[in-house]
Amino acid sequence: MNAVLDPIAALGRAVLGLVRQSGALAMFALEALSHLVRPPFYWRIFLSTLIETGFFSLPVVALTALFSGAVIALQSYVGFGQYHVQSAIAGIVVLAVTRELGPVLAGLMVAGRVGAAMSAQIGTMRVTDQIDALTTLSTNPMKYLVTPRLLAGTIALPCLVVVADVLGVLGGFTVSVAKLGFSPSTYITATLESLKTIDVVVGLVKAAVFGFLIALLGCYHGYNSRGGAEGVGSATTAAVVGASILLLLFDYLLTDLFFSQ
Amino acid sequence: MSTPKIRIRGLSKAFGSKVVLDGIDLDVETGTSMVIIGGSGSGKSVLLRCILGLIEPDTGTIEIDGENILTASRSRQEAIRRQIGMLFQNAALFDSMSVADNIAFGLRAKHSDRDGPVPSRAKARELAGGILEQVGLDPSVGQLSPSELSGGMQKRVGLARAIAGQPNILFFDEPTTGLDPIMGAVIDGLIVDCVQKLGSTAIAITHDMASAQRIGNRAAMLYHGKLVWQGLAADLMHSGNAMVDQFTHGRREGPITMELRK
Repeated sequence: MNAVLDPIAALGRAVLGLVRQSGALAMFALEALSHLVRPPFYWRIFLSTLIETGFFSLPVVALTALFSGAVIALQSYVGFGQYHVQSAIAGIVVLAVTRELGPVLAGLMVAGRVGAAMSAQIGTMRVTDQIDALTTLSTNPMKYLVTPRLLAGTIALPCLVVVADVLGVLGGFTVSVAKLGFSPSTYITATLESLKTIDVVVGLVKAAVFGFLIALLGCYHGYNSRGGAEGVGSATTAAVVGASILLLLFDYLLTDLFFSQ
Repeated sequence: MSTPKIRIRGLSKAFGSKVVLDGIDLDVETGTSMVIIGGSGSGKSVLLRCILGLIEPDTGTIEIDGENILTASRSRQEAIRRQIGMLFQNAALFDSMSVADNIAFGLRAKHSDRDGPVPSRAKARELAGGILEQVGLDPSVGQLSPSELSGGMQKRVGLARAIAGQPNILFFDEPTTGLDPIMGAVIDGLIVDCVQKLGSTAIAITHDMASAQRIGNRAAMLYHGKLVWQGLAADLMHSGNAMVDQFTHGRREGPITMELRK
């Protein structure tokens, strides 16, 4: 009897745990967002997070996008060669980069870099009583620590994705022209013909959602971390893993929403 | 008879099945320095955190100047708690800020409307130098980051941040823990000076009997979440209460039993 019921009970517990976590995360997000419309707003924290997320993530996002664009061009050339449709490479590169790779790769890079840092910083503040100290100094920790970071993450990632889009296309262009023998003007014309405004806009919408999710998971796990250094480490891991999974889930949902018709 | 500055009645708090505070009744008169002693896990820190609003108690009332802060509106709670300064056990300085910015933060955050406009960041930093001098530190320390300070200096900066807003209630969570005896005495002296200068009411929790007698004029002991003794701090070492005597003299035998695991 137990052999039958135990796995069902375990599954039930897992589902309940997931529902509880999702509810707690949603309440956390709602509380943080409610502080957007209630003064004061901590502009200095917002700007410093914006610079940390947007500016200092530029090198890693730029390199990732550049090489990804180059690799797609190379792979497509090999694959499409079998069907003699190499001319589609420019279109494939620009659509793949703007619709998917730009937002997703930039998001994953920022999740690893900034989401982890947010979680570690807020987690350390939690376990060293700095968050309690904020409360005793008449400062709402959600308003001070979380709300500016959520806004900064939501704004910074689309900016990074604009750069990623340009460099991804540039990577494909460089490989196509320098290595695969495409004419520069033909490649650029094909790129512009393939690209529609909606592709870029949806990519940027995705980036804004991903930026929000990365900051949310980083803040949530850091804010709720317990138990010293080990707790902060676990919170950081959970923030990066959780943000990466949610990012891919929302990528699917948003793609389905915008492009399934 | 005047209303106590802090009046606690029937305060209880449990975490799961573990009862940490069990019907605490405590009065702290205005201008009194109350020291709360008790073993680890006796509920001292939870009591302070309940008063500070960091933990919500299960039952009971906490009145400050006769107003129950647990039933007051959120804005009223914030206004009441603006009167409270807190020195944490590990000082809890913001490590992303310089020492001066930590104190300036306390000064600006605790500023109430009736004190006039909130000082600018630059002005608050300038004032921080004077507050550092009050706790025996050179204003040049303000340029350093908290990680560059020794434990004793961090406590002093924590004290400076706590008194920056001139609170009329001060809480000290084990202020001498981790300090050598001389530095502990220095911090106690500073605490007494600050409390007297501000005319504040203070609650300190400590394990250190020398510190308890230096800081407090009243004392109370918590054991298993209950207040088992209250009296003068000067009587701590000869209270006549078997639990207090065992605790203050550090005896292994007596009514207090050590629970290694529960």
